[in-house]
Amino acid sequence: MNSAELAEFRQSFSGKKAQASKRWDDLNTGSTPVVYVGAGSCGRAAGAMDVIASVEKTTERIKVKARVLQVGCIGPCYLEPLMDIRKPGLPRLSYANVTAKKAAEIVEALLGRGEMLKPVGHFGEQAFDGIERFFDLPMMKPQVRVVLRNCGIIDPEDMDHYLARDGYEGFLKAVAMQPDQLIQEVEASGIRGRGGAGFPTGRKWRTCYEQKAEQKYMICNADEGDPGAFMNRSLLEGDPHAVLEGMMIAAHAIGASRGYIYCRSEYPLAIKRLNQAIADARSLGLFRCFPNFEFEVKIKEGAGAFVCGEETALIASIEGKRGSPRPRPPYPAVEGLYGKPTVINNVETLGTLPNILRNGASWYAGHGAEKSKGTKTFSLVGKVKRTGLIEVPLGTTLRKVIFDIGGGPINDAKPFKAVQTGGPSGGCLPEAYLDKPIDYENLAAAGSIMGSGGLIVMDQETCVVDIAAYFLDFTQKESCGKCTPCRVGTRVMVDILERIKKGDADEDDLDKLERLGETMSKGSLCALGKSAPNPVKTTIRYFRDEYLEHIRDRRCRSGVCKEFITFTINAQCTGCAVCLRACPSNAITGLKKEQHVIDTAKCIKCGVCRSVCQFDAVEVKSP
Amino acid sequence: METVTNNREQLIPLLQQVQRREGYVSHEAATRIADQLKIAESEVFGVASFYAQFKFYPPGKNAVRVCLGTACHVRGGQVLLSALERDLGIGPGQTTKDRQFDLDRVACLGCCALAPVVTVNDEILGQVNPNKLSAAIRRAGKSKAPARGDERESDPAEDGKE
Repeated sequence: MNSAELAEFRQSFSGKKAQASKRWDDLNTGSTPVVYVGAGSCGRAAGAMDVIASVEKTTERIKVKARVLQVGCIGPCYLEPLMDIRKPGLPRLSYANVTAKKAAEIVEALLGRGEMLKPVGHFGEQAFDGIERFFDLPMMKPQVRVVLRNCGIIDPEDMDHYLARDGYEGFLKAVAMQPDQLIQEVEASGIRGRGGAGFPTGRKWRTCYEQKAEQKYMICNADEGDPGAFMNRSLLEGDPHAVLEGMMIAAHAIGASRGYIYCRSEYPLAIKRLNQAIADARSLGLFRCFPNFEFEVKIKEGAGAFVCGEETALIASIEGKRGSPRPRPPYPAVEGLYGKPTVINNVETLGTLPNILRNGASWYAGHGAEKSKGTKTFSLVGKVKRTGLIEVPLGTTLRKVIFDIGGGPINDAKPFKAVQTGGPSGGCLPEAYLDKPIDYENLAAAGSIMGSGGLIVMDQETCVVDIAAYFLDFTQKESCGKCTPCRVGTRVMVDILERIKKGDADEDDLDKLERLGETMSKGSLCALGKSAPNPVKTTIRYFRDEYLEHIRDRRCRSGVCKEFITFTINAQCTGCAVCLRACPSNAITGLKKEQHVIDTAKCIKCGVCRSVCQFDAVEVKSP
Repeated sequence: METVTNNREQLIPLLQQVQRREGYVSHEAATRIADQLKIAESEVFGVASFYAQFKFYPPGKNAVRVCLGTACHVRGGQVLLSALERDLGIGPGQTTKDRQFDLDRVACLGCCALAPVVTVNDEILGQVNPNKLSAAIRRAGKSKAPARGDERESDPAEDGKE
C-alpha cells in the first residue's frame, strides 16, 4: 500500500465512522423507541428469545414502531432476562427477570399508554424519578468496566455500533507506531496475561518480535474450558470486534500476518459473532489498511478437550493432531505453530488492548495493584445472591467482590465457607483470605491461582472433600495421558478422595495426598497436571478438620457425602406430596396434608425430595 | 488462506463436518477422510478418539446433556444426572434402547449463573429441578420413562396443587 492509498483509506474510514456515529446517535436520541434485550447464551437460556418474540408481537398489536436490538450480556445474570427500553424523552429504562408476559405488559404500558412500570434501573446520567441508575445498583457500583465497556450496550453484530464507540481507533494508533514502540507501550501498561498464569503480555510479544522468521502467527486462545467460568464467552458474544482489534494490534507488534482464533465449539453464538466481525472488518479494508500490515484470520473450533487451553496442546490441535502438550522451552514465541514464532493471548487480554492503546499505558496502569495492573473480569457464581459477570480493578478484596458485589451467600442462614478461584487449577480459600486483595502474587501465596477468572462461592452446605474430589475427577478425565505424574497422579488422588468420602480411609491418606500433590506439581509436563493438585492441597491446608471428620468420625458436616447422611422430613412439611411423587425409590409415605416420612431403609439419598421441596422441610443430618 | 500450508489442518474440521451432518463418525466416513487427506485411517481415529466431541455410534433422537460444571455441581447437577439415569434407564454416554434419548455429561456450558443447567437438544434449561426436567423430557420425545409416581394408585400430582 502506498501513501496515496493510505490517505484514501483514512478518508474512507473517517467517512464510515461519521456514518456509524450518526446511526448510533439516532438510535440513542432519535424518535423511534428502542427495546434492548440481553441475548447472549445466558440470556437466551433464561428466556430472552421468548421475550423478543413477545415484544415484537406486542408492538405490532398496539401499532407502535420500535426497534428491537439483541445486545450482549451486561453482567448481572441473576436479573436475566434483562430488557431495556428507550422511549424518546426518557432515559433508557432497565427491566429485570422479564418473562414474555411481563415484556408485553411493560411494552404496552410504556409505548402504548405512556405509563411507566417501575424499572430496576435507568441509564441516564442524572437522578430520575426516584429510580436508581443501573450502574449504581449494588452489584454494578463497585465495578470498573474497561474490557466490558460495550457488553450489553451495543449490538455485537452491528459494526457501526463498535465504530461509533471509537472502535478500531486503538488499532489505527498502534499500526502507526513502530512495533518496538508499540511493545514498549504495552509493557508500560503492565498488563499481564488474563488466561491465568499472568505472564507479562509485552514481554511475551518482545520475545516473538525478536525472532527472525518469514512467517509468524498470532493466536487468540478462546478455549475457555474451566467449569464455572464464562468471562470469555460473554466478551466474545457481547463485543467480538474488541477481541479482533486486540488481535490485530498484537499481530502488528510481533509481525504476524496470520491469525487463528481457537474457540470452544460449545460456544456457537460466540463463533457466529466472531465470523461476522471478521467479515465486517475485512470488508472495511482493515486487514490491509497500512503499509507493512497485512492480516488474515481464521476461526478454529475446539473439539472438546480441556487440555487444549494449554498453549502447546492448542497448537497441536490447530495442526490437526491430538491435543497433547509438549515440554517448553522452546516456548511458542520462539517455536510455535508449524514451528514458527507464535504469540498466544487470551480473549480478555486481547479485548483489553484497544483500551490501552486508545487511552494510553499510564491510564491503564493507573488501575489496579502494584504488580497486577488494570482490571479483571470474573464470573461470580455458586452460592451467592447476585451471580454474574463482573469487572473490578485488581487489588480489590475478595470480600468486596463476594459480599458487596455478590450480596453474600445465597441463604443468610447458611454462612460463607470458601471461594474457589482459578477453576480446577486453583485453590479453595477460606474466610481468612477474604480481606486479601486479589492479585497474582497473593493468590499464589495462598496456594491458588488467578486463573481465567472463575469465582465459585461455597457455603456451609458445600463439602470441601466433595469439591476436591469433583475437581480431581474433572482433571483426571481431562488429563491427556501423555505424562505419568498427571495421568496416574490424578487417578490415585480421585481414588483416595473417594475412599475418604466413603469412610474407608485413614489419616495416612492425607499425607499420601500431600506427597502426591508435590510430585505432580513438580513432575507434570504442563500446567494441567502441575496445578491439578491445588484444590486438594488447599482444602487440606485450610479445612483439615473436615477431612479428619470424614476419616475419624464418619461425619460430613455439610451433609453432602452420602455414606454419612440421612434424610428426614421436619414439621414444616405441608403434606403436599410433591416429594412423595418425585421419590425414585418410593421411600416417602404420608397422607395428604400430613407430615410425610422417609423410610431410611429404602432411601437412596439422591436428594431429589430436597430439591423439589418448596418448604425447606427435607433435612439432611450427619451424626 | 484456504489453500492452507498443511492439509492435515483440515482433519478436525472435516471430522466436525461429519459429526454435524451424520451425528457420528462412521467407519466409512473416517476412511473417506483418511483418503482425502492421504493419511492413515489409524491417524484419523487417533485424533478423533482424543476429542470428546466425536462419537462413533449413531446418536439417539434427542440429546440430553447435564452440565456438571462447578457451579452446577455445587447447586445439585449430580442430583439431576441421577434422576435422568433412573428416568431413562441409561448412564452418561449411552443411548436408550428405543434410540429416543442420548444422555451425556458436559463440563460446562458457560451459563453458570443459571445453575443447575441441562440442555435438551438445543433448549437450555436453567435452574431446573428433577420435576421440571421430567416434564421437559416428556415434552421432548414421548418418553417411555413413566412419569414419576404414575404407577401409584392415587395421583398426588393433583393433591400437590392444593
